[in-house]
Amino acid sequence: MLNTSHGFVPWDDSHHPNLSVSNGQPDGRWLFINSNNTPRIARLDLTTFRTAEIIEIPNSGGNHASPFLTEGSEYALASTRFGVPIPQKDVPINTYKENFKGTISFVKIDPKVGTMSLAFQILVPSIDYDLGHCGKGPSKDWCFFTSYNSEKAHTLLEINASKNDKDFVTALNWKAAEKCVAEGKGKTWTAPYAHNTYSDETHTATSEILKKQVVMEQKDCPGMMYYVPVAKSPHGMDVDSTGEYFVAGGKLAAQITAYSYTKLLKAIEEKKFAGDFDGVQILDYAAVMAGEVKKPCLGPLHTEFDGKGYGYTSCFVSSEVVKWKIGTWEVVDRMPTYYSLGHLMIPGGNTAKPWGKYLLAMNKITKDRYLPTGPELAQAAQLIDISGEKMEMLSDFPTIGEPHYAQGLLATVIKDKQVKIFELEKNKHPFAALNEKDSKVVREGNIVHVYLTMIRSHFGPDNIEGIQVGDTVYFHVTNLEQDWDIPHGFALLGSNTSELLVLPGETATIKWIAEAPGVFPFYCTDFCSALHQEMQGYIRVSPKGTNTPVSFSTGKK
Amino acid sequence: MHKNSRWLIFLSVGLIFLAFLFPLWDIAIFAPQYPEGLFLQIWINKMGGDLRNVNILNHYIGMKAITPESIPELKFMPMIAIGLIISGGIVGFLNKRPLTIAWVVLFTLIAVAGLADFYKWEYDYGHDLSPDAPIKIPGMHYQPPFIGSQTLLNISAYSYPGIGGYALIASISLAYIAAFGHLVFKRKSHSKGQPPS
Ligand SMILES: [Cu+2]
Repeated sequence: MLNTSHGFVPWDDSHHPNLSVSNGQPDGRWLFINSNNTPRIARLDLTTFRTAEIIEIPNSGGNHASPFLTEGSEYALASTRFGVPIPQKDVPINTYKENFKGTISFVKIDPKVGTMSLAFQILVPSIDYDLGHCGKGPSKDWCFFTSYNSEKAHTLLEINASKNDKDFVTALNWKAAEKCVAEGKGKTWTAPYAHNTYSDETHTATSEILKKQVVMEQKDCPGMMYYVPVAKSPHGMDVDSTGEYFVAGGKLAAQITAYSYTKLLKAIEEKKFAGDFDGVQILDYAAVMAGEVKKPCLGPLHTEFDGKGYGYTSCFVSSEVVKWKIGTWEVVDRMPTYYSLGHLMIPGGNTAKPWGKYLLAMNKITKDRYLPTGPELAQAAQLIDISGEKMEMLSDFPTIGEPHYAQGLLATVIKDKQVKIFELEKNKHPFAALNEKDSKVVREGNIVHVYLTMIRSHFGPDNIEGIQVGDTVYFHVTNLEQDWDIPHGFALLGSNTSELLVLPGETATIKWIAEAPGVFPFYCTDFCSALHQEMQGYIRVSPKGTNTPVSFSTGKK
Repeated sequence: MHKNSRWLIFLSVGLIFLAFLFPLWDIAIFAPQYPEGLFLQIWINKMGGDLRNVNILNHYIGMKAITPESIPELKFMPMIAIGLIISGGIVGFLNKRPLTIAWVVLFTLIAVAGLADFYKWEYDYGHDLSPDAPIKIPGMHYQPPFIGSQTLLNISAYSYPGIGGYALIASISLAYIAAFGHLVFKRKSHSKGQPPS
């Protein structure tokens, strides 16, 4: 699952989960999440809460503005944070302005099973695309992104990318883009990218490296993309529940700007342009702007909506949530948070029908909230009741890591769909022993396959002999349990890959190289029963060439 | 003999068929780690429900695994029931009281034998514990309740007839009415038929 065109990349930097949506509300089928460093999008299956699929995004330098879904979950969009030469080539870094580009990628989502495929990519000017959201209702054919670095700086961005008073909001008509691509305006490029899928039947992943993608230049599809000026270095880009307003948080400018979709269309129609940037027409700010929230706060970042006519913006510098009214653009309430609020989340707060009862504030700095724990501290989050006129703090609690964006939905949408076990009858893992009687050890030259079973509270087999130094041993470990919440684990002394967590009915494989003669213990690493501690076994390794026969047993004296 | 008794016997025979479609007995187990419960159903010819998980739990206290293949009753109970259905059909067709009474007695003997056998099976299952059991509690046995509920360690066990069991209870009751109902109904019709003078 972690395969990429760069080989296995077992870590990444994820930012933005996005739930699949049907009829304007999260439908509880899938959750998509970006990874910024090695550009990828993962799809999690919400019946198992596990990653079902990961697709790599080629022709991208940093996948931050991602994965924002169109209203009907037709596409997940991915825009590049870092301009890079596309396709990659060896050029001086200071030729950024001439040689660097960005892309906006369209990952198609299969409406039935959720499978992702890279439909096409648009080559766009190399500014840093930061955040986005797609429209809904009237604006459902459009997606909006904030960006910074309209200066196109390639060094010391904290100064050089903060020079211009205005940066850009990108307004992208994805229906128009889709149409242009269908008309053949894209070209086929050949950057490699990985596509990995996981099967809950074979309990294994399949990875393929694909080598073709359709890339269309922005200029080849007129009317598809516009820039709208925004107060400098904006961050969040959020669309209200009616779909009429798209809102940019002004990070450095203490300004929250709401743009009107109706005015956007009118400005395009009336050609209210204020020049162009790298071939993208810039719309006149005043012609598209609907309102600026008055005296909002310092460092406004992200906005979510309650579906009752209010926006809630997180303010990083002044550490607070501000509640403001759509239309009058007046702040009606403030709630301090502790401290330096980043993302906030109302369940469904980025969709057409928010469940506007609670708000979660996720902070970046904690300091005095909890007992000190060395140089790294737990981060703080606050749960706020927003059902009344005034916001009410309900709970302040620590989280791990730096909480980023979050998604919420009613438990009833997903709780009855949860997979509790994997049925053994449906286990199609090629090396599964589905019964303790079928557990065995099979030697094929230097390779040994151990068909191992686990059931409370023993392994089958738990005594294995006849392994020789230099053998590669594959433990194919099947959890025979068919009961909810009874996983078993597997670990082996000297194992340098990982332990295994094997869920009921599942088979997982671990590779182990026998390096030295001796007897090595293995044991269950996931607490399973009163006799979990007794769940252990031994594997004997003999010197190469000895004639210890392969043997295996459980309960033999 | 009254023609109603014939229909009562046919109905009684019909209810025996239900024993093939529904479990005879239901056993439910609740424990803190099983808030959603574990359920066993005893059918006329098989065991259903969470057999596997009940067996895993029970092996810690040394109870034998329940393996339906090793329970001979599950093989001959259907044959006995079919025998009762065929004989009941003939008895109903002939509709002769002595035959009916004989059939009811046969049915009763089978039912008593069946319940006694079930009790004995529960007793053995709860008492015949492996000496190698990881958890041994002196003096403790784990016989499930015959009917009703009982607390065994941290487990609450419930045992009641299933739909098939209730059908058999109804069936045998109807058979009794067919055989002996005239004793009741005659008196009634008599008192009705004789207006006070
Ligand atoms: Cu275990």
